[in-house]
Order: sequence, then C-alpha cells, then structure tokens
Amino acid sequence: MSALLDIKQLSLHTENVRLLYGVDLTIAPGERVGLIGESGSGKSLTAMAATGLLPTNIRASGSITLAGRPVIDASEHQLNLLRGSAAAVVFQEPLTALDPLMRIGRQIAEPLRRRAARDGQRLSGTELDAAVLAMMGDVALPDPERIARAYPHEISGGQRQRVAIAMALACKPSLLIADEPTTALDVTTQAEILCLLDRLVRERNMALLFISHDLPVVAGIVDRVVVLRQGEVVEAGPVHQVFAHPQHAYTQSLVAAAHAFDTALGAAP
Amino acid sequence: MTTLDQIAAPNRRRRFGSLTLWAGIALVGIHIAVGLLTVVWSPYDPSGMTGGRLEAPSWLHWAGTDRLGRDFLTQIMIGSRIALIVGTGAAAIGAIIGVTLGLLAAFATKLLDDAFAATLDILIAFPTLLIAMLVVAAADTANLGSAIFALGIALSAIVARLTRILTKRVLLLDYITAARTSGTSWLGIVFRHILPNIWPTLSVSFALQFGLAAIAEASLSYLGLGAPPPNASWGRLLQEAQGTVYTAPIGAIAPGIALVSLVIGINLLADGLRDSVDPTRRAR
Ligand SMILES: Nc1ncnc2c1ncn2[C@@H]1O[C@H](COP(=O)(O)OP(=O)(O)OP(=O)(O)O)[C@@H](O)[C@H]1O
Ligand SMILES: [Mg+2]
Repeated sequence: MSALLDIKQLSLHTENVRLLYGVDLTIAPGERVGLIGESGSGKSLTAMAATGLLPTNIRASGSITLAGRPVIDASEHQLNLLRGSAAAVVFQEPLTALDPLMRIGRQIAEPLRRRAARDGQRLSGTELDAAVLAMMGDVALPDPERIARAYPHEISGGQRQRVAIAMALACKPSLLIADEPTTALDVTTQAEILCLLDRLVRERNMALLFISHDLPVVAGIVDRVVVLRQGEVVEAGPVHQVFAHPQHAYTQSLVAAAHAFDTALGAAP
Repeated sequence: MTTLDQIAAPNRRRRFGSLTLWAGIALVGIHIAVGLLTVVWSPYDPSGMTGGRLEAPSWLHWAGTDRLGRDFLTQIMIGSRIALIVGTGAAAIGAIIGVTLGLLAAFATKLLDDAFAATLDILIAFPTLLIAMLVVAAADTANLGSAIFALGIALSAIVARLTRILTKRVLLLDYITAARTSGTSWLGIVFRHILPNIWPTLSVSFALQFGLAAIAEASLSYLGLGAPPPNASWGRLLQEAQGTVYTAPIGAIAPGIALVSLVIGINLLADGLRDSVDPTRRAR
C-alpha cells in the first residue's frame, strides 16, 4: 500500500536560517497521525510544505509526495489539482480563516461546488443550497438556515471552527490537516470539536494529520505521533508506546506534564 | 446615565451614518439631475446673448449674465454636466488601470514588485495636475476627451499604489491561505475574496479621485488646457470672472460653490456607502 503523504528528509531554510532539518513523516490512507511540538518548532511549516503553500522566502529540499505526486517544485496548476482533493486544512484561528465579507453559506458552497465540478457534476441552485445545509448538519451547527445567512462576525468561535471544518470536508479530501484547530477555543468547546473531528474522519475514512502542542489532546484521536523539537523529529511511534516509554528527554517532559495535569484533575473534588 | 448613553450610542451612530449618506445623495443627485437636464433643456441658449453685459442677478437671469451678456445660470448648469463627465470618466479610467496594475504588482515576484512600487512613488510625487498637463500637452489638441484621459492616467498611480498595499495585506490573511489549500484558482481568489474585501476602501478612494478629477479639470480649464468653448467648465467660468471679480462677484462665487458642493457631496456619499457595503460596520 502506498502512502498518501510521504515526507522524506524535508529541510526548510530561509536565506540564513534553517527552520526544519531532515523531517520524515508518512501517512497511509485512513491513518491518523499527530504532530506534536512546542510553539515555533515548525509544525505549521511542515503542514504548509505538504500542500505546497510555503511562504516565498522559504526554500525546501528533500522530497514530499502527496497522493503519488511530487509537491516540491510542482507548478501552481498541478498543486491546485491536489489541494482540496488530496488534502485540505483547518486552521488554528477560526475568525481569520473565514472571509469576513462573505456569508457562511456561500463560503461552504464554494468548495462543494468546486468538488462537484472536479467529479464532473454540476451543483447549483437549490441542490447546492441543500448540500450546504446537509454539510452544516454534519458538523452539528445549530439552526443551519440562520447561520448560512450570517457573516463570520455574527457567530461564535466554536461555530466558526465548525464552519471551517465543514469547508475543509466539503472538498472531500483524502487527508485532513488540522493545524491546532482547538487552541483558540475554551475547554468545553475544544472537547466538542475534537469529538466531531474524530467522528467525521472515521465516518469518511479520511486520513488525519493533527497538529498540536498538547500531547493529551492528540492522544485521544490519533494512532501514531511524531514529536518535533526545534525543527527536528525527536521521537515517532504508536501513541501508546510513546506515552508509556518516551525515549527523548523532551517527550518525557511532555508526558510528565500530561500526567501531572491528569493527577491534578483527578485530585480535584 | 452612562449606561443609557451607551445603549443609545449605536442608534445615534446609525442615524448619523445614514444622514451622511443622504446628504451625499442629495448633493450629488442635484448635480446629476441638473447635468441631465441640460442635455434636453436649459433656461437660455448657452451661447446666445440674451441680456445686457454683466447684469446682476434678477428674475430673468437668476445668476446674472457674463461679460458677453450670456445667461450665467445656464453656464453653471452645463458646468455640472462637464464636471460629472470628467469626474466619472477620469475616476473610471484611473480605477481600471490602477486596480489592474495594483493587483498584478501584488502578485508579481519580489523584484518586479519593488520596481513597480518605486515607479509609483516617483509618479505620485508629481502633482496630479502636473502629470495631467504633461499628458494634455503631449496630446496637442485640448478637448474634453484628452482632459479625461490625462486625469485618468494621473489618478491611476494613486489607485495602483492603494490597490497593491490593500491586496498584499489581504493576501497574508488565513482565509486566503484556506481558499488556496482548498484549490481555489488565482482568479477565483481575486474576484471572490480580494476585490470584495478591498472594495469598501477602494470605493471611498474612487470618490476622492472623482473629487480630485473635478477640481483638476477646473484647474486645467482655468489654465486654458481643458475643454475649449462652448464647454462651459467651472474652471473656465472662474477664469473669465477673474477680471470682473469686484464689479460682478457672483461670477466667481457661483462656479466655486458649484464645484465645492459637488466635491463635498461625493465624499459624503462615499463615506455613507462604505458603511453600508461593509457588513462588519453596518449597524444592525
Ligand atoms: N515566512 C517565514 N520566514 C521566516 N521564518 C519563518 C516564517 N514562517 C515561520 N518561520 C519560522 O519558522 C519556525 C517554525 O514556525 P511554525 O509556524 O511552523 O511554528 P509552529 O510549530 O507551528 O508554532 P505554533 O505552535 O506557535 O503555531 C518559527 O521559528 C518561525 O519563526
Ligand atoms: Mg502553527
């Protein structure tokens, strides 16, 4: 079975700084992988590199294959065909990830229509409206008809993130990349969104690359984790193994912090 | 007390916002109505000597007559039409050229973009009027068309610079990246996300350009570089009134008021429109 996303010896550098050194990351179809690391360790850059969206001042070396096609040095046209259908991204900050001047319904309709067009179908009018409402139902948005007509600033942060997830899912990607999708949310909403992602990815048989700086958040929904520190992979393996026997000092500190947190929760009345 | 004030505030803001819009619509509307009217009707024949020379305002000639005995109100009214044509034409040419160039620059490679930005800064350092005069001089026949074209070219540098900056700012935002990760083409991004998001600011700028163009056209005509007679541009009226400003002050006052009211009107209109275009500013 060939990998859906295959990153080999990826290094990223600007003119004078190296940001990522020899990162390896493989995701098989349907597999769920967590990418963990502290702030600034290069998690988002890895995700951007996978979809060929690196900032122009950053050069990449090594190889990235997405759905069997090379990403590094691919033309914008080839990349556009991959984006959406091979991989779609949910971002950290749900407010800025939505166009402030476009109604929610239209923002979800756009990827739905584009995906249908790629599959050789035409989706428009009432059919498209129905698909949008169905999509909003899938991500458990309350009162979809009202929210479809609302602008991003008129709905809550958790609802915005559900919209962003709906937009990513509307592309029907083989791989969903979630870049810290819950960091900007409160704990309860965070748990809801995690459950939702977990369920949707399972239902649709998608692969998932879940990015976070928080080990416990990731542990619940992925099979395998890759730990990144200062641009280098320091540890990789099945989630239970990394949890039980962390090899690298940095991972050990992450696990210890997670346990301390659990204990603190357990001790609370 | 404070809480009451706070509750009332948004409401007052909305009233004020719509007041701006309505004042703008009223002022610009009067000029448009007058301008259209002159196409089919004017109080007197604009080039006919219908009264004595330099008559004071009277029931027959509401704004008096000029030094050739022509009805002055008729000339002011025709001036509205010319100012509107020049303002709209120049702003439209400036907008089309400027927005296109600005978008291209924002998407260009760094080297091209830097060269472009430097060129624009140099162009903008020259006064609009000076550039327009150069273009008119190069065209060697002064007519309404060449004045419009010249002002449009001069304004396009300002529009291009604004478009470039606004686009670059929007391009950095997450929703553009999100649109790109889901496979939206560049054209799709420009028309669906960038233009709608920079439009509120651009439209205000277009209105300012309209005002600039109307003033610049008056200046060109004042200098004898604008549309030749019988196009009664306000600038030419002002220039003709120059020698008689003490004996017949209305000749300088009336075109001045007409020009100022149009420019203020278009600015108020733009301000009001921006608030109603942008849903995050719109009072609900
Ligand atoms: N366009 C850029 N040019 C130069 N350096 C950059 C650029 N973008 C990111 N970096 C640097 O690359 C490093 C990794 O950034 P990245 O955004 O991948 O971090 P991250 O792991 O996602 O952190 P966070 O958890 O805070 O989102 C950072 O040190 C950052 O300063
Ligand atoms: Mg990040």
